[in-house]
Amino acid sequence: MNSLTQTTPHMMPAHWRDFVALTKPRVMSLAIFTAFCGLAIAPGHIHPVLAFTAVLSIALGAGASGALNQWYEMDVDAAMRRTANRPLPAGRMDRQAALHFGVGLAFFSVILLGLATNWVAAAILALAILFYIIVYTIWLKPRTAQNIVIGGAAGAFPPLIGWAAVTADIAPLPIALFALIFFWTPPHFWALALFVKTDYANAGIPMLPVVAGEQATRRQIWLYTGIMGASALAPVALGLTGVIYGTTAVILTGIFAMFAFQVYRRREIDPALMGPERRLFKFSILYLFLMFVAVVADRWVLA
Amino acid sequence: MTPEEENQIRARQRGRAIVTGLLLGALVILFYAITIAKISMK
Repeated sequence: MNSLTQTTPHMMPAHWRDFVALTKPRVMSLAIFTAFCGLAIAPGHIHPVLAFTAVLSIALGAGASGALNQWYEMDVDAAMRRTANRPLPAGRMDRQAALHFGVGLAFFSVILLGLATNWVAAAILALAILFYIIVYTIWLKPRTAQNIVIGGAAGAFPPLIGWAAVTADIAPLPIALFALIFFWTPPHFWALALFVKTDYANAGIPMLPVVAGEQATRRQIWLYTGIMGASALAPVALGLTGVIYGTTAVILTGIFAMFAFQVYRRREIDPALMGPERRLFKFSILYLFLMFVAVVADRWVLA
Repeated sequence: MTPEEENQIRARQRGRAIVTGLLLGALVILFYAITIAKISMK
């Protein structure tokens, strides 16, 4: 009976709110927004109920990815203050419950998307979930300091899936939006990594500022901002968008590059004095949001 | 197991049952709406 007493926390069924926390709702909100934008700019018509179902499926797929990520990274999360209070490391949920929930939600989201819209979109959603879990979480995250670059790809899939839900194929414009999120992620995340001193090192995750140093991180931010800028302007150069997106992209990318250049030139190591780094991080969120608003406005107003 | 623990477990189970029920109800409505949407497109 002694062992039973010790496992008492596991006998307590997890609160339903902990299952919600397992899906990383805040990460999900970005997927919902960009999936909606991808869906909104696609040519052709989709019934509003099916559009809603498509966005819901993509959100559930993102939630499943979050749950499976937390299932796999329980030990890593336990070693870091920021994540130690998640349901699994805090002991509020049985690890197997998280696995079952994640796998179940993943299958459900893919099947729902396939039945409601088409199997091309469903296949890309399945690919995105597998990519996030196998390529990012299991394979690359513990092994390379460029892990966040690869992780960005998983976050870049939603507009592609939203588009495919309408057209059943992929096209240059959603691929450009994929590239925009993909190359936006490194400067966005590394700006945060500069001023938030996380304990990734304790958990054995090779984050760039820890492994390569802050100067290398600042240089990489500047480098990826260049590639991001090229992706942002690609739809303009290819004639895929009109004057609204073109103007927005030029102005906002210019501001982004200015902020990134300031960060690149600085050598500040005290997080309390990292004003420009904080400004780049905050602006990066606004930037992505406004760029997607602009591409939707472009399509709707100039259509 | 103390009575307090048992009460807490029962409360958790009740909460999960209610949420599961609401989700299933929402899915019934969703699948109905999808069906109508698919029929109306034909």
